[in-house]
Amino acid sequence: MHDFEAVIGVEVHAELETQSKMFCSCQVLDVTRAEPNTAVCPVCTGMPGVLPVVNRLAVEYALRVALALQCQVAPVSVFARKNYFYPDLPKGYQISQYEYPLARHGRLLILTTTGERAIGIRRVHLEEDTGKLTHVNQEGQTYSLVDLNRAGIPLLEIVTEPDLQTAEEVRAYAVALRSVLRYLGVNSGDMQKGVLRIEPNISVRRQGSQEFGTRVEIKNLNSFRALERSVAYEIQRQIETLQNGGRIIQETLGWDEGRGVTVTQRVKEQEDDYRYFPEPDLPPLTIEPVWIEQIRQGMPELPVAKYQRFQQQYGLGPYDAEVLTAEKEVADYFEQVLAAAPQASPKVVANWITGELFGLLNQAGQDIATVQISPQALGELIQLVVRAEINQNSAKLVLEEMFTSGEPAARIVVARNLTQISDPDQIADLVSQVLRDNPTQVEAYLGGKEPVLKWLFGRVMQAARGRANPQVIQGELERQLAEMKQG
Amino acid sequence: MSGLIDLSLVQAVQALRKGDISSRLLIEAYLERINQLDAKLHAFLAIAPEKALAQAEAADRRLQAWRRHPEEPLPALLGIPVAVKDVLCVAGMPCTCGSRILEEFYPPFHATVVERLLSAGAIILGKTNTDEFAMGSSTENSAYGVTHNPWDLERVPGGSSGGSAAAVAARLALVALGTDTGGSVRQPASFCGVTGIKPTYGRVSRYGLVAYGSSLDVVGVLGRDVQDVASVFSQIAGYDTKDATTLDLPVPGMNVGEQADLSGLRVGVPEEYFIPGMQAEVEEVVRQAIHMLEKLGAQLKPVSMPHTRYALPVYYIVAPAEASANLARYDGIRYGPRVPAQTLWGVFRQTRGQKFGPEVKRRIMLGTYALSAGYYEAYYGQAQKVRTLIKQDFDAAFKDVDVIAAPVAPTTAFKIGGHGDDPLSMYLEDVFTLPANLAGVPGLAFPVGFDQQGLPVGMQLMGPHFREELLFRTAFTYQRATEWHKNTPEMVA
Repeated sequence: MHDFEAVIGVEVHAELETQSKMFCSCQVLDVTRAEPNTAVCPVCTGMPGVLPVVNRLAVEYALRVALALQCQVAPVSVFARKNYFYPDLPKGYQISQYEYPLARHGRLLILTTTGERAIGIRRVHLEEDTGKLTHVNQEGQTYSLVDLNRAGIPLLEIVTEPDLQTAEEVRAYAVALRSVLRYLGVNSGDMQKGVLRIEPNISVRRQGSQEFGTRVEIKNLNSFRALERSVAYEIQRQIETLQNGGRIIQETLGWDEGRGVTVTQRVKEQEDDYRYFPEPDLPPLTIEPVWIEQIRQGMPELPVAKYQRFQQQYGLGPYDAEVLTAEKEVADYFEQVLAAAPQASPKVVANWITGELFGLLNQAGQDIATVQISPQALGELIQLVVRAEINQNSAKLVLEEMFTSGEPAARIVVARNLTQISDPDQIADLVSQVLRDNPTQVEAYLGGKEPVLKWLFGRVMQAARGRANPQVIQGELERQLAEMKQG
Repeated sequence: MSGLIDLSLVQAVQALRKGDISSRLLIEAYLERINQLDAKLHAFLAIAPEKALAQAEAADRRLQAWRRHPEEPLPALLGIPVAVKDVLCVAGMPCTCGSRILEEFYPPFHATVVERLLSAGAIILGKTNTDEFAMGSSTENSAYGVTHNPWDLERVPGGSSGGSAAAVAARLALVALGTDTGGSVRQPASFCGVTGIKPTYGRVSRYGLVAYGSSLDVVGVLGRDVQDVASVFSQIAGYDTKDATTLDLPVPGMNVGEQADLSGLRVGVPEEYFIPGMQAEVEEVVRQAIHMLEKLGAQLKPVSMPHTRYALPVYYIVAPAEASANLARYDGIRYGPRVPAQTLWGVFRQTRGQKFGPEVKRRIMLGTYALSAGYYEAYYGQAQKVRTLIKQDFDAAFKDVDVIAAPVAPTTAFKIGGHGDDPLSMYLEDVFTLPANLAGVPGLAFPVGFDQQGLPVGMQLMGPHFREELLFRTAFTYQRATEWHKNTPEMVA
């Protein structure tokens, strides 16, 4: 089996979340929620006589992506008609780009367990989305409902070179691309809603072979998990088929999540003939260098750059850096907390965010965008810990309360009387009280049972109702016990 | 009130302003003409008398108010009756495009040109007949019956804007909008003895013009003389945000001027437009008209346009290719009639199979073939290259001359059914008009005489891109010196 290798390219369709559609002024809305056919007009329903007009913001969004993927932007690109009949395609053709796409020859850096790799981007082009069909089977009647809310939403197609080899790489590519799209603010990355559609093309061949095998395409994958599992399954299936003397047929597959297998959706007997030709209703799309420069100036720092900077500037490990930079909101949040907690180390701040805060967010099913705790508020809390005004345990309780109430840390500390007790005399009293009350355990410790110390520590903390400074307790416990030993 | 319909548009505008006539009476006069004569002509597919009369009354009220405050601006075409070719959308009126597949289709919006006409105060009488989806040169391809030529009811009015040309010639409308993809304004203008402009591609918005060949389609105007046509043209022309192929250029005032002669004007005469097989009288009459231009002061120069003969094959690849995509939307799903069937593909096949006429199907198949994998380069790709050569012919010619004068069509109006079922011989009707569409340059057709059967002969002037005013000026000088445009068919007199 080791002598086969997979050759994988990925085609991504990302809706551009502009205000209005690609060629008309209809609103772009969440098509999974809106009443069907409420954001439609003569243009996007393909009425006779209508004409498309390019949405400049969609072009700008597309350019942002092209630049982020280090593509060469074509000074002039051409829209083309892709012809086919289907009820979700109101004009009988989709306005797309074919011979002269918006941008070519880019690359995207991905991170896998074996390190970093650059994946080649073959082309990036603009097109319009189709409508949505719902097939109904009710009381023996079958029919289909057409919703054209989605028809005409700007769509960016991003096609890689066949550079990927494993399911893990495909996932890493998808993750990296999604992150870029989200950083650029052009796409929410919601695969469940179909806003981001990732379609791998997979073939296998004997290692060292220069020819490509017959490829299949997997569609309708609605999560990274489905993407990775389906690719892994498909590579395996193709290798086994070939090893057993079988033949791969060119087809479009779907993924059966329950059974964990790919299933045939459509067999392609021959390449489809879409009869592309230049769209006569739109002049060639000219991109002025000034415009590209303007967009370049306004580009945010991208995930990979941020990932590298977080390691260099903050001394974070690759894991923390990756987790913190996967989402721009998280990275920004981290840097704001850090600014608000100048005495805390970046690693401590990272732990608070990726450990405590993410835990709470997960439980609540929320994300960083909606959290009630401002970065300043979290920074203040961390400062209290660093300055030993409260201990770590109390701080966790405070964070939980901040999470639900949105109250500032200081107020919660006072209200709950959680100020840390660091006064040595006060703690000495507590320690001697505990030692007096637990002679058996003290005996045991003095007799050499070291672990009992932990138990005694817990008793003291309990007596302090969790507020005592742990370092001071530890020191005082050791001091008094040592005295007893000598005494 | 026969005097009312004798007024040209320019005269009617003045009479309305002075209060010599009312818009109501003017509209009534035209509606009366339609009532009397359209049964014979079949120029109209739909008329809107109530709405037109209501608009006329509103126009009269406004005119009255204006006469008390003449310093206030007044829309240029206030109270003027126009007809609109049935491939242009008018909200509230059907738009069939001469096809069964759009039977009872009511567009929910106005074409930009219609919107501009209405805001200029014009009143739409109705929608005029056309070859199905403007594919034809005679209106015989209309699914709703042929339009008859007012000069001889047994003859075609030309096409595809035959309804508009016949309506203007027979005075069933004062002016009319048409569209010209391969000659569909100019050829019917020539057949019916009226004046018609095919503007520069990109000069007039196509929004709301039901597409046939998108890179060729242009909205034009048919009227009794150059001044009428220019008055309407100046209202509908100009950049439109809804049509990305319109250019943001100023539309020069169409005041055709007081220029007494044509001295200084260089008129190109392309020998490629005088071919063996064309009707001898047409050649003779057009050459006389060109001679007249010379007498008026123009300098004649022979020009060579060597790729003219390729215009026909190039056109019959480009236009059908675009049409094959443009007409894909008629699938019976969202509008128009739907022929029920067991499967989705059955619905598509049955609806399109039963509701499109034979010429439309022929062009869809031609275009689909020309775009198919393996044939694209040989047909569509090659056609685009030759189209560029045709454009270059014009560019080169316009280095030496200001305008080009040529016949509009090789014949005068032919008999209904005269081309039988030979589509190729019908296609030849357009040999002289196609090049201007392929090059995107403006063309103006106007009457310059008659053949021995008393049928009008037209000549066309072609000019550089966006130089319509040059064509208007030249033709205006010609019309001031001649009477051809004043002739009317018997049914008018």
